[in-house]
Order: sequence, then structure tokens, then C-alpha cells
Amino acid sequence: MTRDEVYDRLNEIFRDVFDDDSITVSDSTTSADIEEWDSLEHINLVVAVEEEFGFKFQMGQVVSMKDVGEMVDIIMENGN
Amino acid sequence: MRELEYPFDSEYLLKKRRTIKKNLLAREGHLIEKRIAVLGGSTTHDVTAMLELFLLNQGIRPAFYESEYGRFWQDAMFPDETLLSFHPDIIYIHTSSRNIQRFPAPGDDEGQVGVLLDQTFDHFRQMWESVEAKFGCPVIQNNFELPYVRLMGNREASDPSGRVNFVTRLNQRFYDYAQTHPHFYIQDILYLSSCYGLDRWADPFYWHMYKYALCVPAIPELAFNLANIIKSLLGKNQKALALDLDNTLWGGVVGDDGPEGLQMGPETSMGQVYTEFQSYLKSLKGLGILLNVNSKNDMENAMAGLNHPDCLLKPEDFLVIRANWENKDQNIRAIADTLNILPESIVFVDDNPAEREIVRNRFPEMTVPEMDSPEHYMKIIDRSGFFEVTTFSEDDRKRNEMYRENAQRASLQASFADYEDYLKSLEMEAVIRGFEPVLYDRITQLTNKSNQFNLTTRRYTQTEIEEAAADERVIDLYGRLEDKFGDNGVVTVVIGRQEGDTVHILLWLMSCRVLKRGMEQAMMDELVRICRGRGVNRIVGYYYPTAKNAMVKEFYRQMEFEKTEEDAQGNTVWQLCPEAYVYQNNVIKVVSEDDKR
Repeated sequence: MTRDEVYDRLNEIFRDVFDDDSITVSDSTTSADIEEWDSLEHINLVVAVEEEFGFKFQMGQVVSMKDVGEMVDIIMENGN
Repeated sequence: MRELEYPFDSEYLLKKRRTIKKNLLAREGHLIEKRIAVLGGSTTHDVTAMLELFLLNQGIRPAFYESEYGRFWQDAMFPDETLLSFHPDIIYIHTSSRNIQRFPAPGDDEGQVGVLLDQTFDHFRQMWESVEAKFGCPVIQNNFELPYVRLMGNREASDPSGRVNFVTRLNQRFYDYAQTHPHFYIQDILYLSSCYGLDRWADPFYWHMYKYALCVPAIPELAFNLANIIKSLLGKNQKALALDLDNTLWGGVVGDDGPEGLQMGPETSMGQVYTEFQSYLKSLKGLGILLNVNSKNDMENAMAGLNHPDCLLKPEDFLVIRANWENKDQNIRAIADTLNILPESIVFVDDNPAEREIVRNRFPEMTVPEMDSPEHYMKIIDRSGFFEVTTFSEDDRKRNEMYRENAQRASLQASFADYEDYLKSLEMEAVIRGFEPVLYDRITQLTNKSNQFNLTTRRYTQTEIEEAAADERVIDLYGRLEDKFGDNGVVTVVIGRQEGDTVHILLWLMSCRVLKRGMEQAMMDELVRICRGRGVNRIVGYYYPTAKNAMVKEFYRQMEFEKTEEDAQGNTVWQLCPEAYVYQNNVIKVVSEDDKR
């Protein structure tokens, strides 16, 4: 799984969760960049990512994740 | 919408909820608006989001009040202005074992545990009494799921100081309260979490990260279950089943295999599966669900199958048996017409996907569950919540009987040339009186269930019914009808409010099972009689059209009212002068308020 492939699938998830087809995320995207991305929506994002890539985040990972780039790192390491 | 019917894909619903909501709101059809206060002991954000989808799917559009995080108790005890002015129609208290403040310490004796049990229960009871006094609306309260860990292991179950034991006893207290308090309902999250798997349900990740008392992927299950309670309270349960026979009630095709070749009964494992399903359906009948057959078969073959000694469901268990070669949607229409119910009140059960599709296309409002494999039939019907029982009245118990009596009436009617002669032959007797406390429950239920013969479709809570009964300015009447075939129970309710010399009819409803029996005329006679006694010289009636009440559009005209207003939506206002009214009823013997004194 390449980083680009992860981004393809990840963009789909973001678009579904926030119901906005114009969203494209990158390594530096953070919750500040997407208006509706608050802590409550964050969990839906986490659940959708877990479902899509077939793994569970550890709590420590979720707590320390700073931007989408770090999320992609974790996905590359654990997901499939 | 198929995505929201059992079995649904929870992850899909969570991910796509915005799109789904948009699609639901774009659908045609009337939505009833309900205000729901969600008082949470943990995060409720996704609970309300998912609940909204399932309710919209049932034709209910919710407005929500949500407590600040974890403030359920404070909100219930000391509601602020926002909650007070919200006037909830329903209160949902979303608590869990995480909200039990103190558990017994290992080794505490029975006396100490008893005190703690009382304290914990009282904490909740005070809150319920407070909301009852302030809002008087239905309350839905979660019971407790089992604790996630067991300090003492297996001993936790039996030792009074064990948490598992404590939660079990606390739950029992909740149930006792529910049994003795009307419009207080338990949402059984103990059962839900068991089905889902407690390890996944109570995953501490979601608690510590977001203060969700259950894992987010389980929230759609909870919301679906909750929506079933709510739609049941609002009279939106299904009422009847239309059952296919071959490979649905039994294995095999009776026309090809003969009755002796069918799979049912204890001999084979497949036979046992069908027998268990039949037994489940027979129990549903005991709850007042109307059983019917919708099968492509010769009548003779269908009967041979139903009379098979191992067939638990006998011909007399069904109200309507349609076994013919017509399309199944036509049979659904015929069943609905015979029973005087709407097609959407019927659940169509058929193993054949093509038949299901035909019925679904013809009646998009009907629910047609996916029946994939016989060993799942029972669970699919059960978990779909079509018949969620919130109140279980004497009327529910006797419903099949009442419909059967109606069939007898219909055959008697056929033998009379003159309709009035037929009505007289029924030897009808009605009680028409002001609301009585033992009937508040049934009257409330009727105001929430009746859709077709309902002029204003105004829904009442039990508290509002009690208030109407106590208010001198309100004329409240119920009607109960009996005839030589049986007792129909309370079938009609009228509420009018007097203002000066005018009475406004706020509610006029009647159960369709007593349509065209002269009961509405008897009620109008009684209303006019009371109005004359009070010196009223104007009675004003209102008709508000909905998707379902077209049958009473001209009701007031038939009752000799005059139309005074009509707006673009078809809302009409009618008026009658009581002195000019000619009493109409001469087929029902009426016992009224005066006879009681």
C-alpha cells in the first residue's frame, strides 16, 4: 500500500463523514482546516478509518496525533 | 429506507449520516414533529444523530434538547429555562453503569448493601418523580449493562457486595418502578449489550477518549432500539402479518410435495426450525398481532398444509387466508381492506425475493423484511421491532377476537337487505361518558394511535388527558361499544373546550373497526345534548387534513354542520347550532353520564 493509495481511500472517508466532495487532505491538514471537524466528529472519522483499513487505533496514538500526515503514518504501519 | 431497516450496516450509517439525513428529508410524506429531551450521563452526540435517522425513517421528525455533558440528574431535578420552555414530548435518560456513583465494597454485609441500594435507587427515583411533576410526558430510562470487569470473578454474581450482583438488583428495582408507573419505560441496554458483546460494547477507549458509555459502532443498535420504543409510543407499530406458506411457514411446496412431504414438526432439524418459527408467530397472535396468509397456492392445498398435524398454526389462527394465483400485492390490498387497516400496518413475510420486490414496489411504505434463511426468520422478525410492546392493554390481548367478531358481523350484514335493520339486529349498547381514571391509559393510547378517523390528529399525553378530565370548561367524552358478538372496548374519544357560549371540538376520533355502526351519530347526539344543557349556542368543528384522514374530510357536513372557513392547505372550520340539530341515533342503546348518577 503506497502513501498515495492511502490518501485516495482517506479522502473518500473525509468526504463521506463531512459530506463535502471538495475535501482533499494532505500531510499538513489539521482539524483547523475543516470547519465541522470538532472533537465529536473526530471519533466518527476514527471509526470510519478503522473500518476502512481494518485495524484499531490505540488510545495513545489518537491522543498524540497532530495532523493527517501522522494518521497516514499509523495507517501505513497497521492498516491493510 | 432499506439502509435503516434491520439488519443495518452500522458503520455505513455512522459514516454516511449526513447524506442519509438529506435523502430522508427529501422524501415525500408528512412528518410528525416531536420534541425529545435527551438527558445524558455520558456523551450523547452520536446517539441523537443516529436516533434522528431512525425516527425520520418512521415519519417522525425529532427536535432535540441535549443535556450538557453528564448533567442528566441536575437537568431532571432543576431544569433550566431552556429545558422548561422546550416542553418535551418524550424524555430519554441515557445512563449506564458508569453513572452508578458508589458500589459496595467487597465484604459489605447485606445490611450495608441494602442501604446503598436504597440510596442509589432513590437518586434515580427522585429524578423520575421530578420530571413527572414538571413535564408529565413519557420517560424512557436505560437499565444498566453489566460491569466491564469482575473484581471477584464468578463470585460477583452471587455475593451481595459484588458489582454484578448489585447491578442486577438495581435493575430489578427499576423494573418494579416501571411496572407500577404508567408512561415510564425501560430501554433494555443489558440485553442490547449482551447481544452486541459486552467486551466490544463497553470498550474503555470510547469512554476515556470521548466519554461515550458504549462504543461508537454500537450506537446505531441502541438508537434503533430506542426509535422502536418511541414509534411504538406514537402508535406507529405494525398491526398484522401477511405470511407466505411454502418455504416460509413450512419447508417444501405443498402443491408439489403434498402435505405429507412438507418439512415441519420434530422429526428433522429443518422441520424443527419451521416449527419454532410457527410457535413464535403463534405467540405474536397472543399479543394482538393479526395473522394472515398470502400465498400462491390453490386454497385446497393451502388448507391441507395448515391442517397438517404438525402445523402449529391452524386455519382458525388466521383472520384472512388469501391462497390463490393473484399477484401478492393485490392480496395485500385485499387483506388491508378486509381488516380495515393500511397496507403499511402489515408486515409481508415471504422467502421469495421476487415477491418481496413486487410488494415493495407497489407499497413503498410497507416494511418487507429480508428473509434469507429459515433459521433466521424468527430473529429477523423479532429484532426488526415491528411489534414493540410499550403498553399492553386488554384490548391488545383481545384484538384477534374482535376482528373475528367483525367478520361475523360482515356475514350477518350480507343477510340483510336494509342496512338499518342489520344495525338493529346487532343489539348494540354504548356507554358514552366523561373520562374515567381507569381508562386514561386506553384513551391516551387511542389519541396517539388513531390516524384515519381522526379530525385533528391531535396527540395527547396521559397528563393532558387527566387535565382535560379535571377541567370544567372541557367536555370530554369516551364511547364504548358492545353488541351481541362481543365488546369492542373504548372506540371513540371527543374533547371539546367551552369558551363563553361556544364549544370548540379539539379532538374527534374513532377506531375504524366500528366504522358505519352509528357510533359517531350517537356521540354527536350526546355532545349536542350536553351543549344544550350548558347553554351553548355554537359548536365549532375543525378538520386538518393529513396523509391518512381523508375519510373524514366531509364528516362535519354529514353531521349537518356548515362550513365557515377553508384555507389553501384544505384545513376547514365548521359550525353547528345545537338547537337546530336533530338527534340521529336510533340503532344504539346509550348509557350516558346521567344514568350513572
